[in-house]
Amino acid sequence: MAEAAPEPLAPLPAGDVPDDPAGLRAALADHGYLADEGLATVVYLALRLRRPLLLEGEAGVGKTEVAKVLARWQGSRLLRLQCFEGIDAAQALYQWDHARQLLHLRAAEAAGDLAGRGTAAVEDELHDERFLVRRPVLEALGHRGAGPPPVLLIDEVDRADDEFEALLLEVLSDWSVTVPELGTVTAEVPPVVVITSNRTRDVHDALKRRCLYHWVEHPDFDREVAVIRLRVPEVDDVLAREVAAATAVLRDLGLYKPPGVAESIDWTAALAALGTRRLDAATVDATLGAVLKYREDAERTRTFGLDGLVDALRSRAS
Amino acid sequence: MAALAHALRRHDVAVAVRSAVACAEAVAALGAATRADLYWAGRATLVHRPEDIAAYDAAFAAVVDEAVTWSAPSRPSPTALLVDAAADGDDDAVPDQAHDDPAAVLRQSAHEALRHADLGTCSVEERAELHRAIARLRVGVATRRSRRRRPARGGDELDLGATVTAALATGGEPLVLHRRAPSVRPRRLVLLVDVSGSMEPYARALLRFAHAAVASRGAGRVEAFTLGTRLTRITRALTTRDPDLALERAAGEVADWSGGTRLGDALALFVDRWGARGLARGAVVVVLSDGWDRGDPEAVAEAMARLHRVAHHVVWVNPLKAAPGYEPLARGMAAALPHVDTFVTGHSLASLEDLAALLATLGTADRPARRSAA
Repeated sequence: MAEAAPEPLAPLPAGDVPDDPAGLRAALADHGYLADEGLATVVYLALRLRRPLLLEGEAGVGKTEVAKVLARWQGSRLLRLQCFEGIDAAQALYQWDHARQLLHLRAAEAAGDLAGRGTAAVEDELHDERFLVRRPVLEALGHRGAGPPPVLLIDEVDRADDEFEALLLEVLSDWSVTVPELGTVTAEVPPVVVITSNRTRDVHDALKRRCLYHWVEHPDFDREVAVIRLRVPEVDDVLAREVAAATAVLRDLGLYKPPGVAESIDWTAALAALGTRRLDAATVDATLGAVLKYREDAERTRTFGLDGLVDALRSRAS
Repeated sequence: MAALAHALRRHDVAVAVRSAVACAEAVAALGAATRADLYWAGRATLVHRPEDIAAYDAAFAAVVDEAVTWSAPSRPSPTALLVDAAADGDDDAVPDQAHDDPAAVLRQSAHEALRHADLGTCSVEERAELHRAIARLRVGVATRRSRRRRPARGGDELDLGATVTAALATGGEPLVLHRRAPSVRPRRLVLLVDVSGSMEPYARALLRFAHAAVASRGAGRVEAFTLGTRLTRITRALTTRDPDLALERAAGEVADWSGGTRLGDALALFVDRWGARGLARGAVVVVLSDGWDRGDPEAVAEAMARLHRVAHHVVWVNPLKAAPGYEPLARGMAAALPHVDTFVTGHSLASLEDLAALLATLGTADRPARRSAA
């Protein structure tokens, strides 16, 4: 596929994006996302340069959450496209609402339109906007009017196949898509695009070059504690530190699926629901299912010894 | 910033011109940039894989801080055969093969016995017959769903579009229900045959299997390479119809028959030169090897991990797997296993028949659950 250079776009009005990455970091924090310096800088650049953002990293490090917080902060719509193997253009772009088209036909026939106005006229009506079901990508490009452009989240692109990536590259290069029956839809204002990948498969280089790329790491201890406190405000600092320390220990056990921040938050919420104040072996044992999602991982952790785990986390958390 | 892109290229990180342009844009967008801003702007535009972050850090330090001079690690060239004291041992020290249980053989017909005979230990006459049988194998086509849908009787969904169009002709009455189904395309099959010394008893039979695959699926959809001390593409040679002639031509191209094994290097070379560029992308990749490797098992693990991330499905065929009590102890094999979807044996005609049947099924089924790259 030829890589045409995209048309340069007018810079965003200054009011929409803070002046520097630090300002953006503060804005995201106000809306419940604690980004580190690197992520904040890359998000800032994506907004400034209007380039899609490709976030790659382990499951549960908070990639999808970036798109959600951007939508919350800008007060824009979040359009989510969950990828899967075999996803095709129809699921990403548009489908025709054939059932309504059929009804329309029957109505036209009942009113004698087919004989009166002729078949061609009725046929043209069938491809009216009314019968078009916009799927997320077309919806994102079709945004018109004054409000902020929507955030388009393309989640787990590594699960889609080559052909879908090629389609995506086309859309992200021209910000336009062609519907045979309607013509070409071009975005007035490009949407904010966040693409995530768990890297079960490498995304094509051409797509990566079109995007700004960031490898999202697990947060460091202090940031994880801060994230837990922010998302589960009802727990105190001690428990938040203990959970962050415990997940840090679990990440070092070489598990099949090491817990991410998402799991830390789930776990803390579960502990809070049970009224737990401090972690001990019995509590960990009872709530392990909130943080480990594979039987083998739970077994490995119990083999490692829950008492040992609690000792290790105590020394880390203090 | 151009200097940064240049330094990265010196560190074996491919940097497209567009990425360098994007990098300059990013720096401009940050205005008066601090060192950290420069760092992240460069990293977001020039680096596309976590593996390259270390090289980027070094390049950044060299260019921006002008502090460190970084020299690329010298890679052992794949043709240099280093004798490593800690290696698996002699390449030709093949563990004893298991013979069929004689009582069982008596119960089976002679042909049945031959089907299960170990290709590595049978007699010359038996081997000739088995080779003829392998040449007759039909290797099925694994398919994948393509984005197009085609009209199909009894398809899995109603093609309402076609139904509506047809209804126009009958006064808006949908008399005929049109259906459609996703069309399928054949997946590419890539065969990597280990021809090092330890594989000698099996390599010829496995190459015949590769020839049968090329013959039954047509070139272009099947690719074959040999792995030894180097990597050789033998697809073209195998397109010859006559198996003996094809083998002769392929053998002529392979310079490293029964040499040492640099499995990790050869696999890495395949992924670099062919695999990641599209040949293995979405393909079913079959490695036919006993996993004996004199190089660094880390290299095997890394090459297989990368291969696994571009391929649809990775099959490893190991002729030694059939031996009772076989454990994948060869270090190369142990290193590769976490990145293999299906691990099978290939020591007899029967097992190669099973393999051919398996390859036909690895198509549109969901991707196997995979470990994420740690």
